[in-house]
Amino acid sequence: MNEVMVALKEEFDIVTARGAGREMARQLGFGSADQTRLATAISELARNALQYAREGMCLISDESDARRSRIEVVVEDHGPGIPDLEKAMEYGFSTGGGLGAGLPGAKRLAHEFEIESEPGRTRVTIGMNRVRV
Amino acid sequence: MKIPILRLKDVLLTSIQVDLTDQDALDFQADVLRVVSETEAQGIVIDITALDVVDSFMARALNDTARMVQMLGAEVVLCGMQPMVALALTEMGRELTGVETALNLDRGLEKLNQLIRERDDSDE
Repeated sequence: MNEVMVALKEEFDIVTARGAGREMARQLGFGSADQTRLATAISELARNALQYAREGMCLISDESDARRSRIEVVVEDHGPGIPDLEKAMEYGFSTGGGLGAGLPGAKRLAHEFEIESEPGRTRVTIGMNRVRV
Repeated sequence: MKIPILRLKDVLLTSIQVDLTDQDALDFQADVLRVVSETEAQGIVIDITALDVVDSFMARALNDTARMVQMLGAEVVLCGMQPMVALALTEMGRELTGVETALNLDRGLEKLNQLIRERDDSDE
């Protein structure tokens, strides 16, 4: 099973992570719309991790099976955590001086979206699926 | 990562050809403003054909750049946005507001010149 780990320590790692996501999506036969959705979602999540926790990691895995192509991306950090998740998912809400578009934006772009957060650990998982024909 | 800004008579032309980090985007913004001001350009076309990801940060940087240039008194046209970038931005709920856009560089230059003419006409 194919997976790519990108450590998020500096801004350029955002570019690396979204590039790796796009490449895997392309290899698995996702169309250009889904490639771009995934790359953009990773970009938002990776930036959040860097911005709020100073560093984090992004794990991009090929979870395909016989039925479908599937990419799962986990972005995790050990920052302060998100005190009010419901609020953080609202478009335009930000505590970090950002746009407040990161989390809700990524949620809208990905096929699946899951978030867990507590002080010391925030983990966002997104999934993109493509049924094989 | 320095992005060249070319002068073509009274207007400027720039094309973002590489994937920019957030800092690159902000440096580019400052550069555009500096060159517009120094050359007293009437306007600038910003070509983003090569950008295959425009996330919320980049969208804001482009939007802000355009507004700042307008504030200086010059015109801006953003051209060449990839269709899938437009799709992702819209789905995300982001828009480029208050920025003139064009399909490609040709139409971008045409539109820029038209904006400049309209402005000059209304000044008279």
